[in-house]
Amino acid sequence: MSKKMAIIATKGTLDMAYPPFILASTAAALGYEVQVFFTFYGLQLLRKDLSNVMISPLANPAMPMPVPMPVMVQMLPGMESMATMMMKQKLKKHGVASLEELRDLCLEAEVKFIACQMTVDLFEFDKSEFIENVEYGGAAMFMGFAGDTDICLFV
Amino acid sequence: MNFDKEFDASGLSCPLPILKTKKALADMASGQVLKLVATDCGAVKDMQAFADQTGNSLLSTEEANGSYTFYMKKK
Repeated sequence: MSKKMAIIATKGTLDMAYPPFILASTAAALGYEVQVFFTFYGLQLLRKDLSNVMISPLANPAMPMPVPMPVMVQMLPGMESMATMMMKQKLKKHGVASLEELRDLCLEAEVKFIACQMTVDLFEFDKSEFIENVEYGGAAMFMGFAGDTDICLFV
Repeated sequence: MNFDKEFDASGLSCPLPILKTKKALADMASGQVLKLVATDCGAVKDMQAFADQTGNSLLSTEEANGSYTFYMKKK
């Protein structure tokens, strides 16, 4: 019987989107059966269009910046878009896969994506904006799988 | 070393060399050898870990000018 891994993805920013997709795709390549439960802001990672997944230098003091940037500057309009653009360029330059590519690789490797129905209702998300390979469920449904895993991570 | 298939993952970062290896092995027959070239230095340990966990055998790892060549025999 194959090993299993479960991940709970709760964040919807560019930096925090990578760990769940990288770990899920890698575990699947190693033969793990993988499920990712997307809840709260993590649901943003299931949108067909991921162009609004951004990174913010604000309240993110550990983010390496080319020049030191005071918080007062970080909050100016356009800073988030600029930081996102720069981060995406950096990722590309270093040969790191895009989120779309990693997500596709997960799906290709039969990683199962579960969207938290409660959060979908809470934020009044339109399911038609999400990719099709998603199952909707609740915490109990996820526990049915997570309770039997070798690795379970909260991101 | 003889090989049946090869691909170049130069310039790609973790976890792409592993994911591409997995995909390349998928349509190969048992006993066939895959040659993979990568420039991600993390791939050296990752390839060994991939082999250990999937049962495929890493026949050799060569390094030359920052480029790594792996030969992986399919289980």
